[in-house]
Amino acid sequence: MHPEQEFQAFLEQGKFMLQRSRSSGAYVFYPRIAEPVTGAIDLEWVEASGRGTVYSTTVIRQKPPKTDYNLALIDLQEGPRLMSRVQSVPPVDVKIGMRVRAVIVREEDRALVVFEPAS
Amino acid sequence: MSAEAFPSGAAAVVGAATFGIGTSPGFNSFDLAAHASIRALAQAGLTPRDVDGLAIVVMDDTMGVLNFAEYLGIHPRYVDNTRTGGSSFQLHAANAAYALAAGRCDVVLIAYGSDQRSAAGKLVSSSRPSPWESPYRPLRPISSYALAAARHMHEFGTTKRQLGEVAIAARRWAQLNPEATMRGELTMEDYLAVRMVADPFGARDCCLVTDGAAAVVMVRAERARELNPGAAYVLGAAHETTHREIAQMASLTVSGTAAAARRAFALAGVTPADIDVVELYDAFTINTILFLEEMGFCDRGAGGRFVSDGAIAPGGILPVNTNGGGLSCVHPGMYGLFTLVEASQQIMGVCEARQVAGAELAISHGNGGELSSEGVLVLGNADAATRRRKSGAG
Repeated sequence: MHPEQEFQAFLEQGKFMLQRSRSSGAYVFYPRIAEPVTGAIDLEWVEASGRGTVYSTTVIRQKPPKTDYNLALIDLQEGPRLMSRVQSVPPVDVKIGMRVRAVIVREEDRALVVFEPAS
Repeated sequence: MSAEAFPSGAAAVVGAATFGIGTSPGFNSFDLAAHASIRALAQAGLTPRDVDGLAIVVMDDTMGVLNFAEYLGIHPRYVDNTRTGGSSFQLHAANAAYALAAGRCDVVLIAYGSDQRSAAGKLVSSSRPSPWESPYRPLRPISSYALAAARHMHEFGTTKRQLGEVAIAARRWAQLNPEATMRGELTMEDYLAVRMVADPFGARDCCLVTDGAAAVVMVRAERARELNPGAAYVLGAAHETTHREIAQMASLTVSGTAAAARRAFALAGVTPADIDVVELYDAFTINTILFLEEMGFCDRGAGGRFVSDGAIAPGGILPVNTNGGGLSCVHPGMYGLFTLVEASQQIMGVCEARQVAGAELAISHGNGGELSSEGVLVLGNADAATRRRKSGAG
């Protein structure tokens, strides 16, 4: 398994995948070659539900004409946390505890997981 | 876990100095570190010739200890180039205490220098970019600490004004330190009016970008008594590493400082209530609040209230960051060694206008990465070290 390459290859096909240990059932993100702590090398790829909750959020402020943007930590329903951003709402309106869902966008010629408010 | 046989009180800081705080054009990182080193050695009547143990990290050279040994013209028996970011120096001091106790060397010099303000004008990163974070354009390290601050506010009701209390306390201490970079008046109104950088942080929540160097000299206790009657003895030391990237930190309101402090206090045989002065790594205002909680100076979540009403400013109930800290004194890429210099100088009683009267026990804390790797040292004067040795520690 080549964790980073395979994750990105799935993403380019429109699939947001997580690793899961066959023995423990625990999900792993970011992708790696063994489950943290146990060292189990029985990781398999499974599709993420895409559901998550904002764990923390900030607004990166920029001098005009550049625009402010959101940066957030998202707790996935499966357990792992990742850095991302919440879009399609003003950055200041992203709140801790907000339910979000993953969408895949293209940026700088690569697929990227970002989030939008659920509902 | 095995019981740790730390040589409590067996090694001491006999020289502690800074150099070039603020802007020092024309010097590279090693020039600055050498200036601080020679000053620190001179306080103990030593020169580079006497140094047989050397610890240094710099931002721009992964093998800095080799270059610095060469620069000083020495062939050290013991070297430490361990890099954990801003907490490297607490680790170096802990390792030095063991190395001295084991007889691996007799005089350890721990140094740091950076010309980042003059050379780059901004914080110089010494880490590889993360493929999992970089696409989202984080403003590292500011945004990582901003996320921690936002979470602390959410969980405990910590306020922007309480963050401001930290910045203002640091500035008031800086006003007593002629070396400090930022000594102008800072009111709450000033603080609140500053532009935002990454919510909830404005510019005054963030550490300075300066040049500067620091150095300490450590020897065994027997020699310390001869070289410097004011020496600062290392009574306890501990380190805890938890993650690298902020998304991998289990809880943004619990760093490794809690575990490190618990172990360091136990090794030193003291409690937070015994401590006279605290020098902690305030890269951002939230750090001071979080680390005071984690070291046990107040309850978890109560840090914002604890720092209010000037409690950590001059004349307050607990002197914290008496040099002005990373927020108002100096932050040349990594600040960790400056907390050890200031804690040592407070024990030595040489801090003049900002001296904490009768300081016998001090904390030097270091923070590395993004709340990633935390080090805590408990320092004491000769009396405290004697008490500790008699109690059978180490």
